[in-house]
Amino acid sequence: MASETGKPPRTVALFATCLADLVRPSVAFASARLLEAAGCRVEAPAAQTCCGQPAYNSGDRKHAAQIARKTVRAFRGYEWIVVPSGSCAGMLRCHYADLLGGEDEGFGERVWELTSFLVDVCGFQDVRARWPMTAVYHDSCAGLRELGVKDQPRALLAMVEGLELAELPDAEVCCGFGGTFCVKYPDISTAMVRDKTAAVTSTGAGALLAGDLGCLMNMAGRLSREGSPVEVRHVAEVLAGMTDEVPPL
Amino acid sequence: MSFAGPANFRRSAARALADEPLQRELARFSQGFQVRRVEAASRLPEFEALRDRARDIKNHCLAHLDFYLERYEENCRAAGGEVHWCATAEDARQAILAICRRLGAKTMAKGKSMVSEEIGLNEFLAEEGVRAVETDLGEYILQLRGESPSHIVAPAIHVATEQWTEAFRAAHTDRPADRSLSDGSEIMAEARAVLREQFLGADVGLTGANFLIAETGSSVIFTNEGNGDLSQTLPRAHIVIAGIEKVIPTLEDLSVFMRVLPRSATGQELTVYTTLSTGPRRPEDLDGPEEYHVVLLDNGRADMLGGEFQDMLRCIRCAACMNACPVYKQIGGHAYGWVYPGPMGAVLTPGLRGVEEAGHLPNASTFCGKCEEVCPVRIPLPRMMRHWREREFARRLLPARFRYGLGLWAFFAARPALYRPFAALAARVLGSRKRWRRLPLAGGWTGTRDFPASEGRSFMSLWRAGRRR
Repeated sequence: MASETGKPPRTVALFATCLADLVRPSVAFASARLLEAAGCRVEAPAAQTCCGQPAYNSGDRKHAAQIARKTVRAFRGYEWIVVPSGSCAGMLRCHYADLLGGEDEGFGERVWELTSFLVDVCGFQDVRARWPMTAVYHDSCAGLRELGVKDQPRALLAMVEGLELAELPDAEVCCGFGGTFCVKYPDISTAMVRDKTAAVTSTGAGALLAGDLGCLMNMAGRLSREGSPVEVRHVAEVLAGMTDEVPPL
Repeated sequence: MSFAGPANFRRSAARALADEPLQRELARFSQGFQVRRVEAASRLPEFEALRDRARDIKNHCLAHLDFYLERYEENCRAAGGEVHWCATAEDARQAILAICRRLGAKTMAKGKSMVSEEIGLNEFLAEEGVRAVETDLGEYILQLRGESPSHIVAPAIHVATEQWTEAFRAAHTDRPADRSLSDGSEIMAEARAVLREQFLGADVGLTGANFLIAETGSSVIFTNEGNGDLSQTLPRAHIVIAGIEKVIPTLEDLSVFMRVLPRSATGQELTVYTTLSTGPRRPEDLDGPEEYHVVLLDNGRADMLGGEFQDMLRCIRCAACMNACPVYKQIGGHAYGWVYPGPMGAVLTPGLRGVEEAGHLPNASTFCGKCEEVCPVRIPLPRMMRHWREREFARRLLPARFRYGLGLWAFFAARPALYRPFAALAARVLGSRKRWRRLPLAGGWTGTRDFPASEGRSFMSLWRAGRRR
C-alpha cells in the first residue's frame, strides 16, 4: 500500500513484547492495524522474545546483554522498530547502548514507542474508531520519563468518536508494577496500586487506558480483585477499533 | 546509628503500611512539598538551567576534590578555625569528644545535622557524659520520643499533631498541666521557650553544613527556625560537622545553590535564614563563639569517587527525591533502616554501609524515574540503584531460587526457537480461565490482585500461522 504522499511505504518491524505475546496478542495485532493505517508495511521478526528488562533490572548484565545482542540481530536491517510499550521501547532505545557499548549498531535510534511513532514520525491523523465511553489515561513511567510519551496517546484518543477522556488525578504516579518489584515487595506494590485504583474510581470513568501491558495487568488485576466494573485496555486496542472484538483485560 | 537489615525492611514496611496515623501524615506530606516545588520552579524561568549549573559545579568539585578541600582548609585556618580530618565515624566522634573534654563541656546545643545522625553522635556523647540537645523543632520532638529522623529535611514528618502534644506534656512537666497545646503555634511557642534555655546554657554548639566555601573557608547553613544561628553563636565553641563532598569553590557558586536547594526541598524561594560562618568571633564582633572547629568526615565517601557511584556525591540533601518517591510515600523513612531514606538513601546507604548490608534498599524501587526527574543536581538515581543490583547479583547475594529462575528464563529468552513453543504453551495454560485468583510461584501477585487471563494463543504463533488482524 502506498502512502498518501506517494512515497513507498515504510517497512516497520513490530516488537510485540513478551507480555503481549503471552497474554494479549490483541495489543500486537492492534498495533499492526494502526501501523498499516498509517501507511506502513508491518513485519514481526520471528526471532524476537523479550527485551531483557527482568535480567537487566535484576543486575544480571551478562544475560541481559545476551538477550540484547539477540534482539539487535533479530531486527537487523529494519530502519523502524515499533513497540507497543513505553517500558520495553525505553529498554531498547535507552539502555541497549549501555549494555552493548559500541556493539549496538545504533539500534536505539531506530526504536519507537507505538503512539510516539504514529504521531511524531507518521503524523497519523486517521483514527477510525468509535467507542462511546468515558476513560482515563495512566502515564506509564518509562514511556513518560524516558521517552517523553505524554501528549501523543491523548492526541490520538481525542480522535476516537464517542470517547471522552477525563483527567486522572496523579496520572504520572507509578502504579506499583515495577517488573519484579511487584512480587519482591508485594505489600508496597499493592499499596501503590490501591492508590491508583482509588484515583481511577474517584473520576467515575468507565475505562482505564495505558500504553504498557505490565502496568495494565497490575491495575486490571487489582480492579478485578476489588470487584470494580472499570474496563482496562491498552490504548492500541481502542485506537484500532477493537473494543468490540476483544474483552477488556 | 545501627542498621536494620533486609528482613527488618519488609517488617517495618508492612508495619508502616498498617499504621494509620503515619499513613495520614504521609498522604498530607506528599501533596505539600511536591506541589510547592513545582510552583516554585515554575516561577523561576532559569530553574532548569540552574540545575545544570549546580550539577556542573558539583562535578567540577568532585573531579578536583583534593584541591578544593585543601583550599578550604587553608582559608578556614586563616580565619582562625580548626579543621579535623576524620576518616571514620569513630574518628569524628572522638574529635568532637576531645573538644568537649578540653572545654569541660557538659551540654551541647545541636542544629540539625544528618551527618551527626550518621555517626551516632548523641548516643555516644551521652555515654561520655555530654548531653546533646536537639534544637531543630523536628529533631527536638524526635529526641523526646526517642526516635530517629524519618526524612532528611523534615525529620518529624511522621509525627502527628496529637503526638506532639502528648510528648510535650510528658516532657515539660514544669508547665501548667491544663495549658492549651492544640495547634502548631502553641507547640512552637512552648518549644521556643524551652529551647531558649538550652541555647543559653549550652557549653558547645554543633551544626551541620549545607556547603563549605573553599575560597573563604566558610561553612553555610540553610535553615528556617533560627535555631542553627543560636546554636552556633551563643556557646563558647562552634563545631561544624560535614561530609567531605560539601565543598564548593566560591560564593558565586553558592548563589546557584541558594536558588536551587530551597525550591527543590520545600518549594521556598529562599530558606528563612542563610547563615555563613567564617572562623570564631573576631575582636570587633559583638558576639560569636571563641572557638570554631570543622569536622570533615569521609566515612566511605572517598571510596565512591572515581567509580560508578561518584555522581551520588553531588547530592545536596534537599530531599526532593523522597518527597517525590511513590515508595517512600507508602512506607515513610523509618522502614529504610538507617539515616538516609528514600531514593538517595537507597543509593548512598549501600555506599556507606556496604551492599551486603543494604543491598535490599536499591531493590525496593520500581525505577519509575520520578526521583531523577526532580533531583536538582540531576543524579541518575535509578541507574545507580541498578548498579548496586549488579554488584549484588555479581556477589550472589540474591536468593538462589531467584537467581536460578532468572537464569532459566534468560536461557530461553536468548533462544527464540526454544522460547516460542514454550510461550505458546504458557499462553494456552494461562488462557484456560477467565482470570486467575491464584497462581503457583506468583503468590506475591495473586495475594492481592487477579492475574488477567491470556487470550489463549501466543502472538508469534498466530502471526506465524498467517493471522494479520
